[in-house]
Amino acid sequence: MSSKIRILVPVKRVIDFALKPRINKTHDGVETQGVKFSINPFDNIAVEEAVKIRKHNKGVVESIHAVSIGPSKAKDVLRTALAKGADTSSLVDIGSKELDPLAVSKILKKIQEEQGSNLIIMGRQAIDDDAGQTGQMLAGLLGWSQATNASKVTINEDMTVEVEKAIDGGVEIVKAPLPLIITTDLTLNEPKFVTLPKMMKAKKKPLKVVRPEDLGINLESRLETVSLEEPVPRKAGIKVKSVDELISKMKELKAI
Amino acid sequence: MSFKLFCTRAIASHIGVGSRIGFDATSSLWLKAGYATKTINLTSTTYPNTHRNPDFAKVSNSDVLFFRSIVGDNQVLTDDLDAYNEDWMRKYKGQSKVVLKPKTTEQISQLLRYCNQHKLAVVPQGGNTGLVGGSVPVFDEIVISIANMNKVRSFDEASGMFKADAGVILENADGYLAEHDHIFPLDLGAKGSCFIGGNVATNAGGLRLLRYGSLHGSVLGLEAVLPDGTIYDSMHSLRKDNTGYDLKQLFIGSEGTIGIITGVSILCPARPKSVNVAFLGLESYEQVQETFKKARNELCEVLSAFEFMDRGSQVFASRFLKMAHPLSPDDENEVPEYPFYVLIEVAGSKKEHDDEKLESFLESVMEDGTVADGVVSQDESQLRTLWKWRESVSEASTIDGGVYKYDVSLPLPKMYSLVETVRKQLGERQLMSQEDTGMPVVDAIGYGHVGDGNLHLNVCVREYNKKVETALEPFVYEQVQKERGSISAEHGLGFQKKHYIQYSKSPVEIQMIKDLKKHYDPNGIMNPYKYI
Repeated sequence: MSSKIRILVPVKRVIDFALKPRINKTHDGVETQGVKFSINPFDNIAVEEAVKIRKHNKGVVESIHAVSIGPSKAKDVLRTALAKGADTSSLVDIGSKELDPLAVSKILKKIQEEQGSNLIIMGRQAIDDDAGQTGQMLAGLLGWSQATNASKVTINEDMTVEVEKAIDGGVEIVKAPLPLIITTDLTLNEPKFVTLPKMMKAKKKPLKVVRPEDLGINLESRLETVSLEEPVPRKAGIKVKSVDELISKMKELKAI
Repeated sequence: MSFKLFCTRAIASHIGVGSRIGFDATSSLWLKAGYATKTINLTSTTYPNTHRNPDFAKVSNSDVLFFRSIVGDNQVLTDDLDAYNEDWMRKYKGQSKVVLKPKTTEQISQLLRYCNQHKLAVVPQGGNTGLVGGSVPVFDEIVISIANMNKVRSFDEASGMFKADAGVILENADGYLAEHDHIFPLDLGAKGSCFIGGNVATNAGGLRLLRYGSLHGSVLGLEAVLPDGTIYDSMHSLRKDNTGYDLKQLFIGSEGTIGIITGVSILCPARPKSVNVAFLGLESYEQVQETFKKARNELCEVLSAFEFMDRGSQVFASRFLKMAHPLSPDDENEVPEYPFYVLIEVAGSKKEHDDEKLESFLESVMEDGTVADGVVSQDESQLRTLWKWRESVSEASTIDGGVYKYDVSLPLPKMYSLVETVRKQLGERQLMSQEDTGMPVVDAIGYGHVGDGNLHLNVCVREYNKKVETALEPFVYEQVQKERGSISAEHGLGFQKKHYIQYSKSPVEIQMIKDLKKHYDPNGIMNPYKYI
């Protein structure tokens, strides 16, 4: 393997994190009609980090490839990734299907093989299902090292990678050679705005559409969503007049 | 208590939006943040030249007994009236002894008839979020609050006609409409506190005006009580009705001087399903106008806001927000050198369609060089961040000590030259310097609603200073008059600008306004000492 880094960044199209999702009428998913979708914020940070690594380590990064697994509208998030600085991209068009983390990991493994990537930077979770498993599963499938929840990434001269991660009471620093999977924490960086000239250039960058059948992967879901319910709304509190009343109320509720 | 909470929120959101900050007519002293702890001087102390009209009676015990018989004991307040006597900027303070909170139009009719007969002066009050001191008493006027008239009356989804009591809070009205996929055609920073009746009475402008027009167009009918107790009712809401004078227009922007609005019927458009924002850097004010022209042509029906800011306003915003400017290059936080910035919002019904329109528009203005640089929001939080760079300018203007604020309407091509003229004036008088902290003025900045021809001119100062004041007034008003602009684009006249109306209205117009006022309110009991 060459000493150059070939980065792969998976990006997912999710309901915009600033919006409140609503459960659909059949209670098996959330309402997606007329809702704004954006790039998963953790993945946005992953793209930003890939671009930063290229900028701060001159001549080290050979390519940045962004991949999304989703409906054809996921092209939007790939365009965003391309505008931010990815060179090429591919969409694995699965229509309106929802995939388990394992199926996602298997697809990503195929893409890695195709691209010859040796560094995968990805969000530690997608904010729609919050599974938080894909990075780890992919590392398992590939037999690669993994550094999860990265808050700082440094590429050393000997091409090893140092990753800082916030842990209880301090910072853990891990070091690994390539190939490596890094999953991003929200503290890793602050994504920049995409400028218009970059957006215009991104339109000319390659965006390949792949069908999952072509990758020979079984997309059958192993999980079934039985039902989706809103959390029970919090009941209004009451006012008590004295400490005694407070204590008796708490006893009533078996809180003490 | 809840009222106080609303107030705090109103202040925050007011400042956020920047279009509703007031200034003081005689001194233009902007009273900056920190007012929460300061006691307010009585308006009559601050303005000793304003005298109580001796023709007005003083409220007697028998009056109070009458009021109680009409609205009930609980709805006649005589204690703890600060929240009704003080405006939210904590700039004005009246001395009212009685606040009445009627629940029906009929009660208001009885109250006004009584007050008119007994020559008791009255201040109608909505959410009390005005910026020109129009909603608080000056002396001992009786406050009639419409807070208890807060029910939605009806909404017709087929036509979009929304009818409600005047005391419905704007945000609640919009929330109600949102559930029916419609939008209130008015939006402004104080939406969490202000009442729709007050919005109509002051002809509020705000952020959606470019798209949905002024209230003079969207209001279809009103219910209002005249000073003699007569109830005027045009709530039947016809879009087309060419029979006689359009009387409801008299009340829109009348600031409570000829009656109390009690019900509003308004036409509400369908709520846009997709919203996007672009933030652009431009090389000249000519290019701002050129971009506006092209935006109107090419974005057409999806264009929902077009706001401009000069570089100075962005410098203040960046000192205030302490964030990297959206257009600053990587790893730099400086505001780039473009002299002008523009925020464009598009709102439509189909994201793909709107995005495509916005993108092709941006491409064309980039390619032909009208726009030097720009960014587009990629998600909701970026969209909000971009708005912050426009909305925070108002609050940021006070960062060095204070600000003299002017809210004017001018013909678009002349709009920015007012800022340049004022800069020149302050420079010539050696009052302005960004570096020299010995100078009173830091900078004069301009921003505002290009789409509406509405400029906000902020003179940011280190200290309030008589020399600055005399350099600005009536200089600014004279400049506005020269271009036949308006000295109050959206804030109204109220108490503050009562004496400056002649800069925008001709003697004939002023006389006609006075005649109308006299006809409907011969005793002058409605919101006295203000407006005209």
